Amino acid sequence: MESLEQIKSRIEAAIAGASVTIVPNPGPANQPSLLIDNEHAFAAVQFLRDDAELRLDYCSSVTGVDWLDRTVKKTVKVKEIVDGVEKEIDRAEEEKIPGYLEAVYHLYSTVRKHGPVIVRMRTTDRLDGAHLPSMTPLYRSAEFQEREIYDLYGVTFEGHPDLRRILMWDEFEDHPMRKDYVQPDDFEYEPTPHDEVLERAKEHYSERPTIDGAEPVSTQP
Amino acid sequence: MSARLEGELLEVSMGPQHPSTHGVFRMNVALDGEIVVKLKPVFGYLHRNHEQIGERTSYLGTMPYTDRLDYFNSMSNNWGYALAVEKLAGVEVPERAQYLRVILAELSRLQNHASLLGFLLSDMGAWGTPLMYAFREREKVLDLFESLAGSRMMCDYMRFGGCRVDADAAWMERAKKIVYDFPRFLDEFEELILENEIVIARTQHVGRVSAELAISAGITGPMLRASGVNYDLRKVDGYGFYPRFKFRIPLGEHGDTYDRLMMRVLEMRESIDILKQAFEAITPGPITNPKVKVRGFRPPAGECYGRIEGPKGELGFYLISDGTGTPYRYHVRAPSFINLTILEDMCLGHTVADVMVILGSIDIVMGEVDR
Repeated sequence: MESLEQIKSRIEAAIAGASVTIVPNPGPANQPSLLIDNEHAFAAVQFLRDDAELRLDYCSSVTGVDWLDRTVKKTVKVKEIVDGVEKEIDRAEEEKIPGYLEAVYHLYSTVRKHGPVIVRMRTTDRLDGAHLPSMTPLYRSAEFQEREIYDLYGVTFEGHPDLRRILMWDEFEDHPMRKDYVQPDDFEYEPTPHDEVLERAKEHYSERPTIDGAEPVSTQP
Repeated sequence: MSARLEGELLEVSMGPQHPSTHGVFRMNVALDGEIVVKLKPVFGYLHRNHEQIGERTSYLGTMPYTDRLDYFNSMSNNWGYALAVEKLAGVEVPERAQYLRVILAELSRLQNHASLLGFLLSDMGAWGTPLMYAFREREKVLDLFESLAGSRMMCDYMRFGGCRVDADAAWMERAKKIVYDFPRFLDEFEELILENEIVIARTQHVGRVSAELAISAGITGPMLRASGVNYDLRKVDGYGFYPRFKFRIPLGEHGDTYDRLMMRVLEMRESIDILKQAFEAITPGPITNPKVKVRGFRPPAGECYGRIEGPKGELGFYLISDGTGTPYRYHVRAPSFINLTILEDMCLGHTVADVMVILGSIDIVMGEVDR
């Protein structure tokens, strides 16, 4: 198979305006990947699939990764005037890198028997910008796996034919694979008319004594 | 008055407690008479967020959890996970351990395929007998696993850079005997089922999948090869010691249920060949890599996707390490989950009774689908 640099330059030659970055992967596994901008990702993956040399017709694994906001500490040389003399001083600065969600596709070829070519896409942020183009029109195998990312990570795939929750139940609201996910105390809790009755019944209760001024223990959120 | 009788579509929720859905699996089916016009699989009843459990424990701590994915083939799951971690950390595996892994993975494939055939026959209405024949053989293999790993199904046997315990000569002899006796069961079983008129009528031309659709839908394992696509990771990736063995990859032609059934039968015959060669080739030696500290395992930062040919298809593990003792990301590419993608395409135009047979031929295990 061609090297990743060759594939990158061929994608950029074939698709005008596509920006492809090689994400290095240090370590023994040595599986670097291609980071493609969201606008051209669909066309780029289509190119990878249909190209006569590569023929990456089989999309094996699709998965999401959550990267939280992080701060990187670094020292910057700054020129400052100290006691009337200009000096170069090292100053510690913190750079904030906003978090994002990632979708990672592992592409193989059943014809040429090579691979993987790893394609990544990144959302702009972890909130409203969590949108990515769907690869399901190109690879059917992405259908359930993108649904799984939508379910567990909350990435909306545009162009997906049937984007619904797949593993969690439909009424569930959070995305449990996110790194900042906090489990609710009671998964089974759901409001029922029964709760209203209990709420009204509280008016008839006498005030409960608290022990050492502590808050009374509540059973429901 | 209209001369044509018009009926309404009937919506049926098949499952989650249907006996032939092999676990808690539901299909929302729209029926026109008896013909399926729409089918939506619903699952997640067994979802326990296996991946997040993996992201909260140590690398070694995930090993016993992988047993619970596809609980028919804990040995293959262990190998898949160990392979991914070994790739991630660049760990070598000693020779004897490699042979042991091949032996155990192929034994696992034997019992998986045998019991799948039993279940499939059971779905077709041959209630009990074929399944018990298959389970009789499966028991023998499970007894082997038990005497080696201490557990019949939850083996937790592989370790990074080797295996947990060594197999002694007596175990090898028992395993050899079971493997050499296995073709007798296969001969009998094939004679019973493969030319049976009912089996042929129920499976041939049912649930056909074209090669193009199978590749696009990420179908792997015997299901892919039933459609005539020559793609077996034991040959393509050549992981473990598989390049040292001589074996063939059986291929189907029609991609129908009968071919999928046939693939399993033929793969068992090839597995027996591999096992016989492995028994000849295995030599005494160490089974663990002494350089690897299995407890408190810390691979260098990086990411890795490792995959093996499990009995159900491509079993892949995707790991991102940040240099600590816990993986930052742990993902399982579960073959039976992805093989379900085109269940609707396979069932459209068939009767309800065929849906059960088609689903049975996919070979799903809910522990792996729901994770």
